[in-house]
Amino acid sequence: MGADQPGDRERPIAMTERTTTDPETYLSHLELGEPDKTFLDTNELIINMGPQHPATHGVLRVILKLDGEKVLGTECVIGYLHRGVEKIAEHRTYTMFNPYVDRMDYVAAVSNGLGYCEAVEKLLNVQAPPRANYIRVILTELNRLASHMLWLGTHALDIGAITPLFYTFRDREEILKIFEKYCGARLTTHAFRIGGCLYETYDGFENDVKKFLAFVGPKIGEYEELLTTNRIWVERTKGVGTISAKDCVALGVTGPVLRASGVKWDLRKAQPYANYSEFDFEIPTGQSGDTYDRYLVRMEEMRQSLRIIEQAVGRIPEGPIMAKVPKVIKPAVGEIYHSIEAPKGELGYFIVSDGSTQPYRIRVRPPSFVNLQALDLMVRGQLVADVIAVIGTLDIVLGEVDR
Amino acid sequence: MLNYITSYLRSDTTPGQAGNVFWAFAYIMLIFLGLSIAVIAMNWLERKILAHMQVRLGPMRVGPHGLLQPIADALKLLIKEDITPAAADKWVFWLAPLMVVITAFTVFIVVPFGPTHAVTDMNIGILFMLGVSSLSVLGIVMAGWASNSHYPLMGALRSSAQMVSYEIAMGLAVVSAVLMTSLNPTGTGTLSMIGIVQAQQAQQVWFVFKFFPLGLIAFFIFAVAMVAETNRAPFDLPEAESELTAGFHTEYSGFRWSLFFLAEYSAMIAVSSIAVALWLGGWLRPFPNWLTGDTWDLVFSLVPGLTFLFFAGMCFYSTAHMPKHPSFKVQTAGLAGFGMVLAGIGVLLFVPPVRAWVQDIYWFSAKVAFSMYMYIWYRGTFPRYRFDQLMRVGWKVLLPAGIGVLVLTAVAGIL
Repeated sequence: MGADQPGDRERPIAMTERTTTDPETYLSHLELGEPDKTFLDTNELIINMGPQHPATHGVLRVILKLDGEKVLGTECVIGYLHRGVEKIAEHRTYTMFNPYVDRMDYVAAVSNGLGYCEAVEKLLNVQAPPRANYIRVILTELNRLASHMLWLGTHALDIGAITPLFYTFRDREEILKIFEKYCGARLTTHAFRIGGCLYETYDGFENDVKKFLAFVGPKIGEYEELLTTNRIWVERTKGVGTISAKDCVALGVTGPVLRASGVKWDLRKAQPYANYSEFDFEIPTGQSGDTYDRYLVRMEEMRQSLRIIEQAVGRIPEGPIMAKVPKVIKPAVGEIYHSIEAPKGELGYFIVSDGSTQPYRIRVRPPSFVNLQALDLMVRGQLVADVIAVIGTLDIVLGEVDR
Repeated sequence: MLNYITSYLRSDTTPGQAGNVFWAFAYIMLIFLGLSIAVIAMNWLERKILAHMQVRLGPMRVGPHGLLQPIADALKLLIKEDITPAAADKWVFWLAPLMVVITAFTVFIVVPFGPTHAVTDMNIGILFMLGVSSLSVLGIVMAGWASNSHYPLMGALRSSAQMVSYEIAMGLAVVSAVLMTSLNPTGTGTLSMIGIVQAQQAQQVWFVFKFFPLGLIAFFIFAVAMVAETNRAPFDLPEAESELTAGFHTEYSGFRWSLFFLAEYSAMIAVSSIAVALWLGGWLRPFPNWLTGDTWDLVFSLVPGLTFLFFAGMCFYSTAHMPKHPSFKVQTAGLAGFGMVLAGIGVLLFVPPVRAWVQDIYWFSAKVAFSMYMYIWYRGTFPRYRFDQLMRVGWKVLLPAGIGVLVLTAVAGIL
């Protein structure tokens, strides 16, 4: 592997020490269990999963130390999708940086945009008008649905059920169509601007959303029919990748993963942003914090999102969609932290302004990156197949992990 | 010479028993050809059926409705570079796919397509099938080991553990069916594949319905074990794409990979044939007790022809619905031509002597096809078992159930 290959020895060492590609080096600092030698004299096996692997959801590289099929320890190697988004921000104006945030969690671009716009608004002390807030909530919740649908499809695919993927993609398409009609883009939408929304809703927007709600409601039941009571599905997910509420809090894990462990923490309720305080919805929580609970929590979240959209779409107020924002955005010297509940957890933006048109520093608190930390804790002592299930259930997007 | 050839046709046995080399060779070639066509057809059907279960179209580009897709794939595999990894054990690496494919084909020697339509009839037929098909695990272990790579090794380990465990449950289910064959005045059972089907004919019941629900349970155990035995979903851990990339054949490419593919599908057909012969009455037509009499015999003898006419009709229907754009001219004509060929075969199957000759083969193949459809259906429905769960199902559920069914069958037989 890596440095052990015959060709590598003869080749002169180039810019960096090649030994860093050696999996052993990555694991050397970890306290790992020893293989069970009760019956046979066994050796552990070190396996490189990724960065090119069908089930690591992108370019995640996980180095596994295995005793047969049992996982003794893992180490995540990230950075294969690093684009320096935070550094780029220091050379762009606040407005110019807006589209970049869409490229972090590219399956929930609208949420990223919302978080960034609200953070800058907070820095500028500007309030988005009510109509803009309604549009924002509708699109963000639609995006949450899209993100959860993609998660469900790929997660089920990892566990071996290939059919849900196509069902969820079919239904996610309807959401993307609404995005496309609204702002022209399907994935990296750049739907919002600092101070509100740029685009007025198109004719028939409300109708489209209502039609979608009626369409997708029964579909969620359809997914559940395929999985929830499926014996194999239950066996594969119950008791797999369990994480306690205490560990979640200690690691800073947020989002559905935290809620499935029994902590009722949702920023939409805990620190209401946009106009979430106006809507009536529940925060689903689980108890055991295993993969099955996380699955149920996300399924229920999809239903709650539908509920929010249903309430919002009926009462979008008239009025402007853009607050009074200066043409050149030049916030006063200061710093701000603003976080929202993205589909994957707490997405926070810490912005430091030096009074110029460009941010002095932007630090993103990505939910995927923080949640990924829990991987080692969740899979130790479990089987290889569970690693895949846990990576799926953490719902990571490498674009957000690496930025 | 001519006498040698025609003498077999008047005899009432398989070419192997008649000692007729010419016909034995002819049957081997026919089975080889039929199997290759079946694998190609299965490839297309699986993709198409799975696609329609998953609200998509499946292959649509190569040929009308993607009919030529398997051929295009086969061509691609043949001209692809055949890579042997530098660290691989070359000889074992070379031998492994051969091993797998040879065992997969060899079992078809005793598959009874009809009372006389088999290469030969051994008195240990079913034992031969189980024995030879279980040899393929050796090829898989060799492939995994010779690749000298982690993922194939784990795939091979999983595969061998799985196949060895499920073979036991499978064997127990088979024994209970063999036990049923001894329920005749002489009290002697048989292991011959043809003999087992003839026993069902004599007892006037398919063994799946015998001693209800014992036969059904034994069939169910076999049906689960055979899916595990062929490494198919939901027991496809050895090649679990999301875990082990491709399992034991990760390092194989091109022609040698296609041998594994061929072997997998022929193994599926082979174990389905065992299930059909042992429980589903082999070549016997359905409803032999309900719908009796000459009229029904005639009706059932028309079914093979009607099936082909139905498929021809589907082709013609699709031809009528092809896009009218000139660039689809060739495809449309090809589809119509394919429909004509199918219709021609269908009409040919109505001719009385052909009709009588093809009856048994048709019903046997139809039952196997049903079993293959179930394979695809499983794949579209179930998530994948985890390794420990798989072992638990094999050893703690299927094995005790198999022993129970075997004992109860024996008791029911004595009573």
